[in-house]
This record gives sequence, structure tokens and C-alpha cells, in this order.
Amino acid sequence: MDAVRPEAQAAPYWRSTGGKLLLKRCKACGELHHYPRPHCPFCFSAETEWVEAAGQGTIYSYSVTRRGAEPYAIAFVTLAEGPTLLTNIVDTPLDTIAIGQPVDVVFRDVDGVAVPMFRRVPPG
Amino acid sequence: MTINGKAYIAGAYEHPTRKAPDKTTAELHAEVARGALDDAGLSVADVDGFFCSGDSPGLGPLNMAEYLGLRARHVDSTNTGGSSYIVAVDHAAQAIAAGKCKVALITLAGRPRSEPQSPAEIAYLSDPGVPDVPYETPFRATIVNLYGMVAQRHMHAFGTTSEQLAWIKVAASHHAQHNPHALLREVVSVADVVGSPIIADPLHRLDCCVVTDGGGALVVVAPEIARSLKRPLVKVRGAAAAVKHSDGGKVDLAYSGTAWSGRAAFAEAAVTPRDIKYVSIYDSFTITVLMQLEDLGFCERGTGGRFVSDGNLIAGVGKLPFNTDGGGLCSNHPANRGGMTKVIEAVRQLRGEAHPAVQVANCDLALANGTGGYLAGRHGSATLILERV
Repeated sequence: MDAVRPEAQAAPYWRSTGGKLLLKRCKACGELHHYPRPHCPFCFSAETEWVEAAGQGTIYSYSVTRRGAEPYAIAFVTLAEGPTLLTNIVDTPLDTIAIGQPVDVVFRDVDGVAVPMFRRVPPG
Repeated sequence: MTINGKAYIAGAYEHPTRKAPDKTTAELHAEVARGALDDAGLSVADVDGFFCSGDSPGLGPLNMAEYLGLRARHVDSTNTGGSSYIVAVDHAAQAIAAGKCKVALITLAGRPRSEPQSPAEIAYLSDPGVPDVPYETPFRATIVNLYGMVAQRHMHAFGTTSEQLAWIKVAASHHAQHNPHALLREVVSVADVVGSPIIADPLHRLDCCVVTDGGGALVVVAPEIARSLKRPLVKVRGAAAAVKHSDGGKVDLAYSGTAWSGRAAFAEAAVTPRDIKYVSIYDSFTITVLMQLEDLGFCERGTGGRFVSDGNLIAGVGKLPFNTDGGGLCSNHPANRGGMTKVIEAVRQLRGEAHPAVQVANCDLALANGTGGYLAGRHGSATLILERV
């Protein structure tokens, strides 16, 4: 997909292969944010740092797109650390997806770039 | 400074076309400009303020002023998606109140039915310089699945059902049957809506608005000019805009920016939701209408599903008639931007020029609301309150 052409500030995010999901933290106010920016969107400090998220979250909302060749699930996942991100739910039967389910991160290749998606945590 | 009483809508025109394969977008802008000026009883030479948005070709006011032959001393091309044209009425009223212009022309036109994706839209969605694009497009976010997530969340939080959402489309179809220009004139039932194919859960095909070519225009004028014309007086009582976004990841889909623009517009107009006789709500999807009714205060948060049920939005049947032209769900959605046609139908209602079958009795106070972008993330909201005097 042509859209995954990281600009300079996005590059560390899209290089986060090998199971690393990165967020930005503000060194001034301590707030985490996503999508990542060089500045803090809460206090506008220019001092921010990359931090690794544990990769655990819950589904805040989702929608299965059923038009087209293959259905797929888009979702907002709220990470244990706080921020909510836009993603896909994969490796999970689409008709079993529900709001509030625990999910964990898996990386999927989209046109040569590993992007973070989520799957339902198996029960037990 | 308030705009309450400082400006009037003297001209309104909706292009009758819904498919214009042989016209240019600029041509449609000219046709709707002529229609609105004729409606007001003014000429292009009277226009000293020009307002357009992202649907205008090129650099908007520059290319259009030249093409139309305008001598404008005040221009504005605010682009907040489908809400832009309601914002434009607000900005035109502000400019008139400040003495920057006296006759403001606002135009919208587009051909998404003939030309499915405009060059500007394609450029936006593939431009990694737009800061959010690299974090959204890999996941195949679309307008429908993004609104689907808003609906899914509302259902989860408040128990809203697909059948309740369907009532919004049912009401729009009851109105569209009387509009000879509406794209879809067939009256549909709740069963028809929930029986139509799912596009993106939980939104069915009939939960989605139409795609049409066309356009519309408005003429906003100073009070002394309005009084010199032969048209009914439609006064701007209050207006406000807001931008809501995903707030660095603090996503909250329980409300939209209309919670802010609505409150501010009601305060400026010094009226309450109970005073409003008719509402135009940009109905990009059924869920959009339900959310806006809650955010505007027509019902409590979470009760929109019950509020819209059983025909409550149908003129002559329910308590709050909405989108009596058939709205974007059934009639028209030119340039994929719904704000313009919302103001036009509100003006028709206030003048008593709506179709007799849907005309609201004693319609002296109307509200038009529009959102642009998408409610699941970045969106603009604008609310306008108009009074017939």
C-alpha cells in the first residue's frame, strides 16, 4: 500500500519490528500519546521520547467491513498504557469479535512494513 | 461581537441535477450561484463577499472569482469537510457584522457520482506528509467502517439497535417521496433497512447516504439589503463551529464536536432545543443523525435510539421533523458534503416553501447542523440557528 511511506518522524515507529510497539511519552508532563509526534499534543512540549508498550489492550470499538473480496476488522484498541490506536483485529474469527475483549499485538507485513495489529487473547 | 440579527439569508438554491457527467464542477458552481442570486433578486455585480471550500477547483476563491467574474472584497475558503457551508454562513454573518461585505455568496458543487474519487481526495489519502495518514491507511480505514465503529460503540454503551437507526432512514424516505428531484423516492420500512446488505458492521447499505453530483448556493446579506428585497426575512440568530479529534489517543466516541458547537449556537441565539420547530441534520449515516440529536440536546445522551423511533422525525407525525427534502440519505449529497443542502431546506421551511406534504406549520425557528470529516476521529461540526421574522 503506497500510503506506508514513513516520513522522518514516523520512521522509528514503522521500524518497530520484532514485536515492539512504540508510543511517545512527554518528558515535561509525562503523558503518553499516539499517533506519535515530535511534540506533546497535551502540553506542546518539544521534549518527547519513545517508549515501548507491552502490547496488551482491549477492544474499544470495531467494525467488520463485509463489502469486497475478503471481510476484515478495523478497530480502536485501548492499550494497557492508556492511548487508543487505530488497528486491525487479525487471527480471530470475525464474528466473535466484541467490545471489551482483551487483545495482544501481532505484527503484520503491509507492503514490506511491519505494522501492529491485534488478536484476541485466547481464553485461559 | 454577536452575529444575532446582523445578517439574513436572502437567497438559496439547490441544483436539481443528481448526475452531471457532461458538466464541469466550475460550471455547476456558476449555475448554483446564478440560482441563489436569482432567488434573492440580486445580481453577480452586487456580490462583494465570496465563500467556498475544498470542493472548489484550484485555489478556490481565486479561480472561482475569476471564473464567475466577481469583484469580491472579502473571501473565505475554510475547509472543514461537509460542515464548511454552515461555517461559511457563520463567517459571512461575521464579515457582514464587521462591515467587510454586504452581499456574501456561498457556493458548493461536485461530481462524485460521475467521478468517484477526485484528484484532491486521492492525493490526501496517499500523502505521507499528512501526519495521520501513515497510521491509518495501512489498516484500510474507510468512511463507512469508521462510522461503523461509532455506531458499534453507541450500541454497546447505550443498547441502541439497528432497528432504531433504521427509523432515521425511514423518516428520510417518507419525506423524499414528495421531492421530485430526490435520488431515492421510494418509502422504505425498518425491515427494508435492516434487510439491506451490511457494508461495515453494524451499518447497512440503507444506513448510508447517497452519492450524487450537483451543488447548492446561498446568499447572506446585511439587514438593510434583506429588507429591500422581496423575499421572506430569514435572520441568522446564532452559529458556532467546533473541531474534535482523537486527542493524542484519548479516543471518546460517546459525543461529537456538536456537543460544543450546539451549545455555543444556542447560547448566541438565546433559544433552547424546545423552541426549534424543524432541524436539518447532515445525515452522512443514520448514526450521525442520532449522535447529533443527542449532542444538540434534543434528547439525553444515550436515548437517541428511542427518540428517533416510531416516526418521531417524520413531518406531520413526530415531534421533531428533520430533513424534509429527504436529506443525504435519500435526496442529495453533492460533492460528498452535506452542509449546504441542510441550510437550503431549513430556509425553505422558514419561508413556507417546503413541499406542502412536509411543510412544518408556523415554522419560525429552525436549526441546521453539519459535521465533516468523520465522527470516529477528526471532524468539524457547525450549528446554525435561523429565524423567520
